[in-house]
Amino acid sequence: MSRETLFNAALLLGLLLVPIWALLTDEPFTITLATRAVILALAAAGLNIALGIGGLVSLGHAVFFGIGGYAMGILAHHAQGFTPLMEWPFVIEGTKSMPVIWLLAIVVSALAALVIGLLSLRTTGAYFIMITLAFGQMFYYFAISWSAYGGEDGMSIYVRNDFPGLNTLAPIQFYGLCLALLVVVLVFSARLRRAPFGLSLNAARQVPARLEAVGLDPMRLKLVAFVISGAITGLAGALFADLNRFVSPTMFSWQFSGEIMVLVILGGVGRLFGPVAGAVTFVALEHVLGGLTEFWHIYLGLILLGVVLFARGGITGLIAGREASHD
Amino acid sequence: MSTILIIEQMLNGLQSGVMLFLMAAGLTLIFGVMGLINLAHGSLYMVGAFAAAAVAGLTGSFVLALMAALVAAALAGAVIEILVIRRLYDSDHLDQVLATFALILIFSEGTRWVFGSFPLFLDIPDALSGPVTLPGGIEYPLYRLALIVAGLLVGVGLWVLIERTRLGIQIRAGENDREMIAALGVDISKLYTLVFALGAALAGLAGALVGAIQSVQVGMGEPVLILAFVVIVIGGIGSIKGAFIGALLVGLTDTLVGIFLPELLKLFMDAAPATSAGSAIASMSIYILMSLVLIWRPSGLFGARA
Repeated sequence: MSRETLFNAALLLGLLLVPIWALLTDEPFTITLATRAVILALAAAGLNIALGIGGLVSLGHAVFFGIGGYAMGILAHHAQGFTPLMEWPFVIEGTKSMPVIWLLAIVVSALAALVIGLLSLRTTGAYFIMITLAFGQMFYYFAISWSAYGGEDGMSIYVRNDFPGLNTLAPIQFYGLCLALLVVVLVFSARLRRAPFGLSLNAARQVPARLEAVGLDPMRLKLVAFVISGAITGLAGALFADLNRFVSPTMFSWQFSGEIMVLVILGGVGRLFGPVAGAVTFVALEHVLGGLTEFWHIYLGLILLGVVLFARGGITGLIAGREASHD
Repeated sequence: MSTILIIEQMLNGLQSGVMLFLMAAGLTLIFGVMGLINLAHGSLYMVGAFAAAAVAGLTGSFVLALMAALVAAALAGAVIEILVIRRLYDSDHLDQVLATFALILIFSEGTRWVFGSFPLFLDIPDALSGPVTLPGGIEYPLYRLALIVAGLLVGVGLWVLIERTRLGIQIRAGENDREMIAALGVDISKLYTLVFALGAALAGLAGALVGAIQSVQVGMGEPVLILAFVVIVIGGIGSIKGAFIGALLVGLTDTLVGIFLPELLKLFMDAAPATSAGSAIASMSIYILMSLVLIWRPSGLFGARA
C-alpha cells in the first residue's frame, strides 16, 4: 500500500469517526463543521476533475455551486409557500424532496457547464481563466437583480428538505448523507481517471497535439470533463444550501470560485483525495484561526502563499510524497 | 429622453472608461511583459485609495493625497514583486492565480486591521468641486470632467513612455524576448520590478481619483479588477491600445445600457417588469459584450493570435 493510499484511508476513517468523537466529547457542533468540510470537499472534487485531470483553470466554478444552491432554494421556496413554480404550459409544483432537488441541481449545472464550456474552451490560458471568471460575475449580478427570489438578500428555507427514510434535521443523519455522496463521487472519480476517458483527458492536458494525432478530439474531452465537473459542484451547492437553509448571490461570487480552487490546491492538485484534505484543512483553519483572530484571512493568505511557493504538491504532496498519481 | 441626458451619460461612461483604462493598462502591461496574471492589482487600487484618504485626512491637501497614493501603491507593488511575484514568472497561470489570490486576502484583511471596517471619505478638492457648464448648456460635475482629462493625459504619457523612450524600448523588447535583452546587458529583474511598480502606481492613482467620488473601503478593488480583466480580454491581453479601446467600450456599455435599456423595454412592456428586466440584463451587459468579442476573436480585438 502506498503512502498516499494510507493517507487517504486515514482521512476517510477520520471523517467516519467524527460523529463518534462528537458524541464522546459532547460537542455536536463538530458534526456541523464536518458536514461543511464534506460538502466543500464535494465541490472541490468536482473542480478537481476539470482542473486536476483536464488542466482547465476555471475561476468560475461558483456558477455551478450557485446554480445548485438556487435549484434547492427555488424548489423549496415554492414548496413551503404552496405556490406553483410554473403554471403554463403545465403546472410544476415546488418540492422538498432532496433526490428531486439534487437531480435538478445536477441537470441544470451540467447544462450551464455545457454552454459555458462551449464558449470558454474556444480560448486557452489566461483568456480561459478570465472568461470563466466573467461568466461567474454574470450569474452573480443576475442573481442579485432577480428580485423574485430574494435579489441581493437571498432567501431562507424554514426546514431542511427531506430524504426518504431519514430525519435530515438530525445533524448526524444529514452528515452521513453528505459523506455517502462524497464517497460515491470519489469512487466515480477514481474509476474515471483509470477509464479510457480519464487517461485520454490526462493526455489532452499534457500533449493535446499527440492526442489529435491518434484521432481523439481534445476539445470534446475537455468539454465533457467540464460538464461532469460542473454537475458535481452543482450537487455540492444544493447540499450547501440545505446545510445553511439559506441561499444568496454570494454562492456565485468570484471569491467563492477562488476558495474552491484554494481547496484543491491546498489538498494537492489532481490527487484523488486532495479536495478532501484541502477542505478539512480549510474548515479546521477557519474554525481554529477564526476563533483566535477576526483577521484570520491574513494567515490563510500566508499559508496559501507558502503552499504555492514552497509545497507545490499541497498537503497530500507533503505527506505522501510527489511521485504518485499526478504525473 | 433628451439629448442633454444622453450626452451626460456618455460623459459618465467616458469617465468610468478612462479610470478603467488606468487599471487595465497596468494589468495588461504586467501580463504582456512578464506573462503574469495579477489578481492583486485590485488591492493596489485599494492601497492607493486608502493612502490618499489617510494623507488627505492628515494634511487636507488633495495634491499630497494623490502623491501619497502613487508612492504607496508603487512601493507596495515593488515590495510584493520582490518578495512574491518574482518567484511566479516561471510558474503556470494556476500558481499565479493562487498566489495573487492569497495576496488579496492578506491586503484586504491587513487594511481592515489597520483602518477598521468603516469606509473612509476622500473629499473632492474645492477647486474642482461644483458643476461646470459645457457648450450646449449641459451642467456637468467639474471633478468628473477633470478625471476624464487626467485619464487621457496619463494615457498619452504612457504612450510616449512606451513608444518614445529608452525604458519603453526595453519594455517592448522584454515582451518579445527576455533572454535576448538580458544578453544585451539590460538588468531584466530590475526592469520587471519597475514595470510592476509602474502598473501598481497607475492602479493606485485610479483608486485615489475614483475614491473621491465613491467611498474608500476594503474590497473596493475587486469589482474594478474584474472589470479591468474584462477590458483587457476584450482588447487583447498585452495590448495597451486594446486596453484603451476596451476600457472605453466597457465604460460606455456599462453606463449607457444601465440607463437606457430599462427605458427601451418600457416601450414594449409594463414599467415594473421593464425596470427589473432591464437592470438585470444591464448588469450582465459587459460580460455579454465580452463573450461576443471572444466568440468573434478568441484572443481579443488587438491580441496576438494565440
